[in-house]
Amino acid sequence: MSHHLVLRVVANLLLPFILVFALYVQWHGDNGPGGGFQAGVVFAAGMILYALVYGVDALKKVIPAKTSIILMSLGVLIYAGTGLSSLFLGHDFLDYSGLAANSTQGQERGILIVELGVGIAVAGAMIAIFTAFAGRTPEIEDKEW
Amino acid sequence: MSPLFIDILLFTLLAMTALAIVRLRNLFAVTMLASIFSLLAAGLFVNLDAVDVAFTEAAVGGGISTVLMLCALTLTKRDEKRTGHTAWLALLLCAVTGAGLVYGTLDMPAFGSPDAPIHTHVAPDYIARAKAETGVPNIVTAVLASYRGYDTLGETTVIFAAGIAVLLLLGFKRSDKREGGEE
Repeated sequence: MSHHLVLRVVANLLLPFILVFALYVQWHGDNGPGGGFQAGVVFAAGMILYALVYGVDALKKVIPAKTSIILMSLGVLIYAGTGLSSLFLGHDFLDYSGLAANSTQGQERGILIVELGVGIAVAGAMIAIFTAFAGRTPEIEDKEW
Repeated sequence: MSPLFIDILLFTLLAMTALAIVRLRNLFAVTMLASIFSLLAAGLFVNLDAVDVAFTEAAVGGGISTVLMLCALTLTKRDEKRTGHTAWLALLLCAVTGAGLVYGTLDMPAFGSPDAPIHTHVAPDYIARAKAETGVPNIVTAVLASYRGYDTLGETTVIFAAGIAVLLLLGFKRSDKREGGEE
């Protein structure tokens, strides 16, 4: 789609906002609507938009296939790891009370870390699934649509 | 416009979109309509004050899954195959199940009723405790990540498993060859 000038310009304009919005949703999820899942999906959507306009190979230069697999495993590990570390701190599995000086701050910190894990896992999985699908798809000619 | 009117309007549009999806044979149009369906559903969730759910529906249903459907569409034919027979048995089954579900809702408490079991069980407890115990203003986030942390861990694992399953089925075929060649 590299010759679609309008699409390319609009995508260039939108992309930074989409990515910043994903980060906002990630870190502001405890105050407003959203959270790790939505942030991960929005981030992946930004990356998919990039791939739609510049091609999958361009996306693979930003996030290689292997990186997306590592990301989605890392996200689950962060989540489960937080649960395990609270176990080692003398609390129940996924009870974040022990992660900071007092229990409320511990909960807040735990929720933030766990949401980050969800965000990374979801973004990684979505990008990996898209890359797998798109890698299979032959180049589409304009006239076919 | 009153929320009830918006609800009725959105539900009518939802039903029309669903009927159009069933009737159409062109899969490209069906994919686009499915995306519109998700967008309408997201609007409905906003109207019901479920912004978190609406957000997810718009991003996943309206965005990502549409793109994935389009990707899948390039691997197959553009038109649905015509079947010779009309599925009367399936229609009857759907009608009976639908009637059963509607019959089931007759017993449910009135929409938005404060006495409904869902508002009297654990919800008031969460509303009273969440801010003090977790310091997080968005109760939905507090419930998802802390009180129901096990469930969310399960969901994250399901997404991880879905990613792995797709990769096992499709793999990174073309790219791997190319990347291998460059190295």
